[in-house]
Amino acid sequence: MEKKKVVLTFPPSSVEDPVIFHLISDHGLKVNILRAAIDPGKQGRMVVDLTGEESRLSAGTAYLKRQGIGIEPLTGEIRHLEDQCTSCTACVPVCPTGALHVNRETWMVSYDADKCVVCLSCVDVCPYRAIVSHF
Amino acid sequence: MARTIEEINEKIRAGSVVVFTAEEIIEVVREKGIKRASREVDVVTTGTFSPMCSSGAFINLRQEQQKMKLGGGYATLNDVPAYAGLAAADIYLGATALPEGDPRNNNGRPGRFRYGGAHVIEELAQGKKVLLKAGGYGTDCYPKRRREQMIGFEEMNEAFLFNPRNCYQNYNVAVNLSDKPIYTYMGKLKPRLGNANYCSAGQLSPLLNDPMYRTIGIGTRIFFCGAEGYVVWNGTQHNPDIPRLANGTPTAGAGTLALIGNLKDMDPKWLRAVSFTGYGVSLSVAVGLPIPILDEEMMRFVSVSDADLKAPVIDYSVFYPTGEGKPKLAEVTYEELKSGAIEVSGKKVPTGSFSSYAKAKEVAGYLKSLIRDGKFFVTQPVRSLPGPSHK
Repeated sequence: MEKKKVVLTFPPSSVEDPVIFHLISDHGLKVNILRAAIDPGKQGRMVVDLTGEESRLSAGTAYLKRQGIGIEPLTGEIRHLEDQCTSCTACVPVCPTGALHVNRETWMVSYDADKCVVCLSCVDVCPYRAIVSHF
Repeated sequence: MARTIEEINEKIRAGSVVVFTAEEIIEVVREKGIKRASREVDVVTTGTFSPMCSSGAFINLRQEQQKMKLGGGYATLNDVPAYAGLAAADIYLGATALPEGDPRNNNGRPGRFRYGGAHVIEELAQGKKVLLKAGGYGTDCYPKRRREQMIGFEEMNEAFLFNPRNCYQNYNVAVNLSDKPIYTYMGKLKPRLGNANYCSAGQLSPLLNDPMYRTIGIGTRIFFCGAEGYVVWNGTQHNPDIPRLANGTPTAGAGTLALIGNLKDMDPKWLRAVSFTGYGVSLSVAVGLPIPILDEEMMRFVSVSDADLKAPVIDYSVFYPTGEGKPKLAEVTYEELKSGAIEVSGKKVPTGSFSSYAKAKEVAGYLKSLIRDGKFFVTQPVRSLPGPSHK
C-alpha cells in the first residue's frame, strides 16, 4: 500500500463532477479529505490523502489528469520561511498535528510537510509572516 | 568576595575575563556552588528578542536648500504618520502607527496589520528608502510648505531608536476563558483555554537576572539590535512593588527599561516588524544586558533557572480588558511554560511564546563573545532605577 498526500485543483467546469466518488468506487482508493475549498463556478482546491496499491494509485492519478484536475504534491502549499522565522513558537500550540514543532533543546522551530494538513491555523498567528500559504 | 566594575573592565581589556550566559551559569553554579562560581566568574550575559510595542524612532530630517518647519505640521513615511509636534525637522515614528485606510491593515475582521511604523523602521534599517510626505504652514524663516521625497539614512542627520518601555521584567501568560476566539497583543487566544501564550525569555531575561536593579540602571551600556545602546531611564509603567519570590524575582510584570541606541548602526536581523492579527503592528527588538558579578548576591540572582521564575495566568477575554472576574487563574513557572503545556483550572493547555528563546540565547551568546573579545565593557550606572519601597 502506498500513501500520497496531494493537492487537487479543480477547474470550474469539473467542480460539479463526483470525482472523489469515482476515485473510491472505480479505482478502489482510500480518500481522506484533509481540506477542501469547493464553490460552484470557481476553481476548487482540495488536500487529500490517497491510499492504495501502487497500480491503483497511478490509475487514479491518470483518471484525475484526464478530468483536467491538477494534482501536485502537498509540499509547497504551506511554506515555512526559515530566514524570516525567529523560532518564537507562537505557531506551535495552534498546529493540530505537530507539523510545526519546537526542539526543546535548541528552541528552533521546524516544519514537517508530511504532517501538515493545511488547516492554515498557523498562517495568521505568525507575527513575522514566516508561514505562507498558497491555498 | 567582591569585585568592582573597573576590575572587570581591566580583565576585559587584558582578555582574561570569565563570562557565561545566564543559561550556562545555572549549570556552573549547580556544579561549583555560589561561592566558588562568584569567585571565578566576572560577567553573566542576558538576552531577549521579543515584540515590544512601546518602541519608536526619533528622526531628524536633513533640510533642503529652502527650509521647512515640520513642527505643528505633519509628516508621513510610506503613509505611516509620524509625530511632528517638535522642532522644524524632528519627528518621532512610533512602532504601532498605521497608515490611514490601508487595505493591508483593515482587510476585514480580524485585520491583518501588514504594515505600520515598525515596518518603516525595519525598512530603514535594511538600508531602504521610504517616501516622506510632509507639510507645514510656512514661516519667514521656514518658507517651504510641502515636501515629498524618498528618504533613507542619508537624508537624516540622526535616526535613533528611543523605546520608552522595553525589557519587561516578567509578564502575563494570556488565556481565553470565553466561548469565542479573541485576538490580542498576546496573539490569537482560542476559546475555553485553548492555548496559553507567554512572552519572556525567563532565565535569560535581563531584569529577571538582576531583580532588585543592583547593576542595571541609568547609563548601563547594552547590546541593542546589533548596535551599542543605553538604558536612559526606568521604562514607563516601571512597577517595582509587585510581590516577589524569596529569590527576589517579581511574580508578574514589574520593572521596565527605557532604551536608546543609534538606528543607523542597527542590524535588521535584530530589528523585526511584526503583525498581530486582529491587534496591530509591533516591533521586535533584541536586547542584551551584561550583569557584572560584583559579589555572591549577584551570582545568586543570575543563577535562577526557569523553575525558579513564576508568571501569572490571566484571562484576556474578561479580566484583562474590563478588570472584572478572577484576577489570576494560576501561577506557573517558566519551566512549566517551556514544557509545552501548563495546567489551568484542571485543564492541560498548550503553550506558545512570542519571545524567542532561540534568539535570546543567540543575543546572550553574542554579547558574551563581544565581552570576551574585548569589544564590550560593563558600566556603573549613573543612578539606580527605583526599587521596591519595602524590601
